[in-house]
Amino acid sequence: MKAAPYDYVRPSSIEEACTILAEAGGGAQVLAGGQTLMPLLALRMSQPFILVDINHIPQLQGVTTVDGGTRVGPVTRQNDALVDPILNRDLPTLIRALSHVGHHQTRNRGTIGGSIALGEPAAEMPSTAVALGAKVEVRSASQTRFIPADELYFGPYSTAIEPDELLTAIHYPAWPKDTITLFREVAMRPGDFALVGLVGALTVEDGKVARAGICWFGMGPTPMKARQAEAALIGQSVDSLDAAAIADLAIADTAPFGDHHATADYRRTVGRGIFARVLKEALDIRQAA
Amino acid sequence: MSEHKIELTVNGRHHRGTVEGRHTLGDWLRGQAGYTGVHIGCEHGVCGACTVMVDGRAVRSCLMLAVQADGCTVTTVEGLADADGTLHPVQQAMKDCHGLQCGFCTPGIVCTLAALTADGAQPDEEQLTAAMSGHICRCTGYQGIRRAIRQIAGAEEPA
Repeated sequence: MKAAPYDYVRPSSIEEACTILAEAGGGAQVLAGGQTLMPLLALRMSQPFILVDINHIPQLQGVTTVDGGTRVGPVTRQNDALVDPILNRDLPTLIRALSHVGHHQTRNRGTIGGSIALGEPAAEMPSTAVALGAKVEVRSASQTRFIPADELYFGPYSTAIEPDELLTAIHYPAWPKDTITLFREVAMRPGDFALVGLVGALTVEDGKVARAGICWFGMGPTPMKARQAEAALIGQSVDSLDAAAIADLAIADTAPFGDHHATADYRRTVGRGIFARVLKEALDIRQAA
Repeated sequence: MSEHKIELTVNGRHHRGTVEGRHTLGDWLRGQAGYTGVHIGCEHGVCGACTVMVDGRAVRSCLMLAVQADGCTVTTVEGLADADGTLHPVQQAMKDCHGLQCGFCTPGIVCTLAALTADGAQPDEEQLTAAMSGHICRCTGYQGIRRAIRQIAGAEEPA
């Protein structure tokens, strides 16, 4: 249960970190909050030659309002994000999802970008980024590029971020003030990874759904975007909306697996149920307001 | 393999040491610095027994490298009681309410609750109970710990 030996380095700038990653030729591992990586190192499932600690790079921290949305530094700690005034004002959907990430003790170290870059399919942060239409900024020694969150994930822990690239920011687009949050997570115990999870944002204009971003977690090898349900929702009148029919469409975009916690059928059945209920509750609440 | 010099404050005492890059803070506290109140349980971030306070926050010391604590202020369970032996309010509540039996998980739980109530913070029972999800106790059945939490939150008179 002790990590294999490696060289620990602590760059103080993005440029320095990217140079280290370029020279390591794939043998380096980036350390952000470490709340998943540290166990993988202890279990020797991860055995890098170089561990690159990015916790001392100021540009990777903090939340700022930018043109068209919100920029979140990847090394922003989850518990700091939870009380961040900008995120609480502009991205309540992200706040809602964040409160379900791990435990209080792991949120004190764990970061938003670390979770997004890891790509655990049952985790909240990757699916929330997909649901909200975020894009990530990644940098290497030679270039900077932007990847839409819904093109980031190939499979469990497999992402479009290359070994010589560093996640340097997450850009969340602006959502209007009265955006409705959809969120439900079914887990064995608080803090466990989700067996079935759902996160989304909806806007309603003139009684009709104007914008929808919805994504599952724990329902396939990657965050599973509910594209058909989103498309069906747009333009629908909230009064005559058939939540059960849209839940069926949402389930059609999942590919759940069975494991010793839950069968694929269980995940689909529970998923369909919570989708319909969350959608209905969210719209009822809005109508009452 | 890399070695690093670190300097940190533990329970008000200044420490200097040399650590391997792969050593966890928990291993260093317990093995090198002698703070055996830090209980190393699962070593992969599940059980919560090794929880300590780093710069005032409850963190799992198996999920943080010793080298990352360079320059930090750490408090372990040994640093909570007064010099004359007067227990920290969290320790007193755990004692009053039978919040422990074998005591293995206790230092971590005490550190979490102490961090949440530090500097005059007044978390309610619900917040303290939610933070308990980060700890596993195999003896008490948790009800004594819940009573201790109610005492700490002021919802119940000391037993």
